[in-house]
Amino acid sequence: MTKDSSSFLSGDVLEEDLEFTLTELCRVCSVSAERIIELVNEGLVEPRGKNPARWRFRGVCVRRVRCAMRLERDLGVNIAGAALALDLLDEIEIMRARLKRLDI
Amino acid sequence: MEFKDYYQIMGVKRDATQDEIKRAYRKLARKYHPDVSKEPNAEAKFKDVGEAYEVLKDPEKRAAYDQLGANWKAGQDFRPPPGWDQGFEYHRGGFSSADASPFSDFFESLFGREFSARGGGRSGLHAHGQDTYAKVLIDLEDAYRGASRALTLRHTGLGSDGRPRWKERTLNVRIPKGVHLGQHIRLAGQGEAGLGNGTPGDLYLEVEFRPHPIFHVEGRDLYLDLPVAPWEAALGAAVKVPTPTGPVELKIPAGSAAGGRLRLKGRGIPGTQPGDLYIVLQIALPPADSEAVKSAYRELEKAFEFNPRVRLGV
Repeated sequence: MTKDSSSFLSGDVLEEDLEFTLTELCRVCSVSAERIIELVNEGLVEPRGKNPARWRFRGVCVRRVRCAMRLERDLGVNIAGAALALDLLDEIEIMRARLKRLDI
Repeated sequence: MEFKDYYQIMGVKRDATQDEIKRAYRKLARKYHPDVSKEPNAEAKFKDVGEAYEVLKDPEKRAAYDQLGANWKAGQDFRPPPGWDQGFEYHRGGFSSADASPFSDFFESLFGREFSARGGGRSGLHAHGQDTYAKVLIDLEDAYRGASRALTLRHTGLGSDGRPRWKERTLNVRIPKGVHLGQHIRLAGQGEAGLGNGTPGDLYLEVEFRPHPIFHVEGRDLYLDLPVAPWEAALGAAVKVPTPTGPVELKIPAGSAAGGRLRLKGRGIPGTQPGDLYIVLQIALPPADSEAVKSAYRELEKAFEFNPRVRLGV
């Protein structure tokens, strides 16, 4: 982030510009590496790279991890259930946008 | 301060079992969870339910709350009677939602000691500050050109007495060109302050578009309903079409049908992979409101052997 001459803050777009290592993702989402590894094993987030030390997570993973953690904590669903909920929520989001466009 | 009827909020009787309370909570949490719910006020309702459950799920807190008696009504002005909680022993911790906003004044007046004790900067402890989240509402045009916004954010911080309270600050933020709905702008170091020598957290701004009167946004793509005259659709025409960066000339191919889509490649939201602008054709009929138009329609009728319902078999 930079502060330009007119004192406006400029940031990065999480989903476009940013990639995270396992350590960085843990910090941003306030969860342990073990939990992230569980989420990867469940296919809830898919990093590039062969082993955890080389993993790179796209910015969109931050939202998925944080949302999964909230669903687990607040609704008592397990990781597989959270993964299902996230996929369905994405689908609902697309359909809602479509319905809005068609004015139904 | 208003009395809160936690049993009423949870929709359970005062003699509900712990299992019944848990079931009621799960049901309400699924209904109002801000990640899944589109109910109006979902966030506020979810917070109320969370607070009620925080008290009722814990037999110690529930017993202390019950001690206030059943005569209180929701919304009634409330002061905790002196020494009301004598003889109750609480266990510290048990607050599940580390990132939740503080509970109500009512809750804090009853159970506030624990809450205030939480996160109080112990000397010698260094920790990275929490990342914070907020929404920023922009116009579609801002995503095409980039923009700047002055944002006033409310956040919780610890007052000099160590109790959490609302603080306000204003940030001048550049909106980068090419952002779209649901994306987040990360402002490094603008989150919560760290503890001790810990670095501050980051602030994430979620981008939301103000509804646009003519364009609909889907991800990077834009949709525009374009009315055309029957002869423009049938014979083809060059018409002017608005885009967020100014009007362009568009060729309507001869023989176009209603609902047909034309794509203006790369005219959606800009970026490394720019979106497209889809033009959806709508055929507009001129109203038959003068003798000249009526006779033109009659001429049209005579000129065709046209049954628009042929596919319906009638």
